[in-house]
Amino acid sequence: MPERVGMEVSLAAAEAVKLCNVDTVSAYPITPQTHIVEHLSEIVADGELDADFVPVESEQTAMSVCMGAAAVGARTFTATAAQGLALMSEMLFIAANMRLPIVMTIVNRALSGPLSIWNDHSDIMAQRDCGWIQIFAENGQEVFDNIICAYRMAEDRRVLFPAIVNIDGFILSHVVEPHEIVDQETVDTFLPPYEPLHTMHPDKPLTMGAFGMPEIYAETKKAQDEALRDSLPVIQEVWDEWAKVTGRQYKRVETYKLDDAEQAFITMGSLGQTAELAVDELRNQGKKVGLIKIRLWRPFPTDDLRQVFSGLKRLLVVDRAYSFGALTGPVASEMEALLYDVDNRPEIFDFIAGIGGRDVPLGSFIEMFDVAERDSGTEHKQNFYTLEVRE
Amino acid sequence: MAKPMHEHTWRDIEVGSVVLEAGNAKEYKTGDWRTFHPVVDKEHCIKCAVCWMFCPDDAIYKTDEGYYVSDLEYCKGCGICANECTTKCITMVIEEEE
Repeated sequence: MPERVGMEVSLAAAEAVKLCNVDTVSAYPITPQTHIVEHLSEIVADGELDADFVPVESEQTAMSVCMGAAAVGARTFTATAAQGLALMSEMLFIAANMRLPIVMTIVNRALSGPLSIWNDHSDIMAQRDCGWIQIFAENGQEVFDNIICAYRMAEDRRVLFPAIVNIDGFILSHVVEPHEIVDQETVDTFLPPYEPLHTMHPDKPLTMGAFGMPEIYAETKKAQDEALRDSLPVIQEVWDEWAKVTGRQYKRVETYKLDDAEQAFITMGSLGQTAELAVDELRNQGKKVGLIKIRLWRPFPTDDLRQVFSGLKRLLVVDRAYSFGALTGPVASEMEALLYDVDNRPEIFDFIAGIGGRDVPLGSFIEMFDVAERDSGTEHKQNFYTLEVRE
Repeated sequence: MAKPMHEHTWRDIEVGSVVLEAGNAKEYKTGDWRTFHPVVDKEHCIKCAVCWMFCPDDAIYKTDEGYYVSDLEYCKGCGICANECTTKCITMVIEEEE
C-alpha cells in the first residue's frame, strides 16, 4: 500500500492530473479553484509534466481550448468555480454533444448575487443539465481517485462524455488531508493513452460541431441522452477496476448504517462526512438512522436509489442550493419524482442548508432530524426548510 | 449524404454528432433564403470573374460560353457580386420579379 502523504486537497488534485499525463491544461484562475491550476502550472513549468499549459482570458476560452485540443486527440484538463463555470456554460453543452472526454474539477462555490467566494452547490446545479458526467467527492482521497477514474470513464469508447469532479470549495479544497498517492506505473496501467474515435486530421476530413436542422436535431439529442444513460454501468465498472488496484471501492450511490434504518439523510459531497457523525450520534440515542450519499449525480442513478430507499419511512434531503421558486431544492426534487409512483414511499423532508459558506455542523443534522420528527404527518410539514436562516 | 436527413433515426447519429462525409453541406439548398437575385447583363459582362472570386458562398459558376452566373439553389442574394462587378453589369432584382 502506498505511503499516506499529508497534502492540501487542491495539490493532491493537481498531482492526480499529472499522473494522468494530460496533454493540455487550460484554465483561468478563480477562487477557490486557484491552487489546483497554480500547482499544475508549476508542475508543467518544472518539466515534471509534458503538457501545454494555456493561460487564457476567460473560462469560456479555457473550455474552448480544451475542446479544440480534445478534438485533435489530446487528453485535457481544466478547473473552475462559480462565476467561471457560469461563463463556461454555453461551451459545456457543446462539449457534451461533441462527446469530448474533457475532465474538469469544479471547486464548488456560491454564485454571485451577492458576491460570495464560499461553498455551496449553486454553481453545479445551474449547469445540472449540461450533459456531463457529474461526480461528487467527499474527501481528499476521493478527489484524487476520482480524477483518475474520471479520465478512464470519459475516454471509454462506450462512454465518451466529458466528466466533472465536484469538490466543495475551501471546506474540502483547502484542507490538508492524508492521501495515498498512487504511483505512476499503476496509473499508466489503469489509464491507457487516450485514443480518440474521431479526430480532426486532413487525411480524413470530417465535420465536428455541425449545424443541426430541425429534421435531425431531435434525433441527435436523443442519441446523446441515451448514450449518457448507457454510461451508468461503465462508470461502475471503472470504479470496480479501481478497487482492484487500490482497495478503495466507490459506488454510484453509497450508504452508511442503512441496513435497519427507518430514516436516512441524503447528502452530496463533503457533507457526507459530518452526516456520518450525526448518524452515529443519533444511533447512540437509539434512533434507527442511516445515510445515503449520492456520488454520481449525472447520469442519475435511478435504479440504485430505488433499491436503497426500500423500507425507509422518512428521507431527510440536504440541498446545498436553491431552485428559486420551485417546489423544493434540486436534490429533493429528484427524490420526489423518483418516489412518486413507489408504494409505501418514504416521507421526504428537504433542508436547504450550507448556502454561501454557512457551516453545517453535526448539530444541524440533529436539528433536521428533530424537525422532521416534529412535523412528520402534520399540517406543519413544509416543502423545504431553511433552518440556518435567521427568522 | 448517405441518406436524406429526415430518414436518419437517433441510432444512426454518429458519436459526437460528427459528420463523416466531407462537403455534404452541398446537400443543403439555401437558395430559398433569398430576397434579391442577381441578373447579369451579358452585353456588358467582360467575363473577368471578379464576381466568381468574391461570392462568399461559392455559388457562381462559369457557363460554356464563359459567362459567370449564379446557381440559384445556393445563392443567398447578398449582392456582393453586384457590388464588386467591374462593369456594374449585375443588377439585384427582387425575387418575385424576373
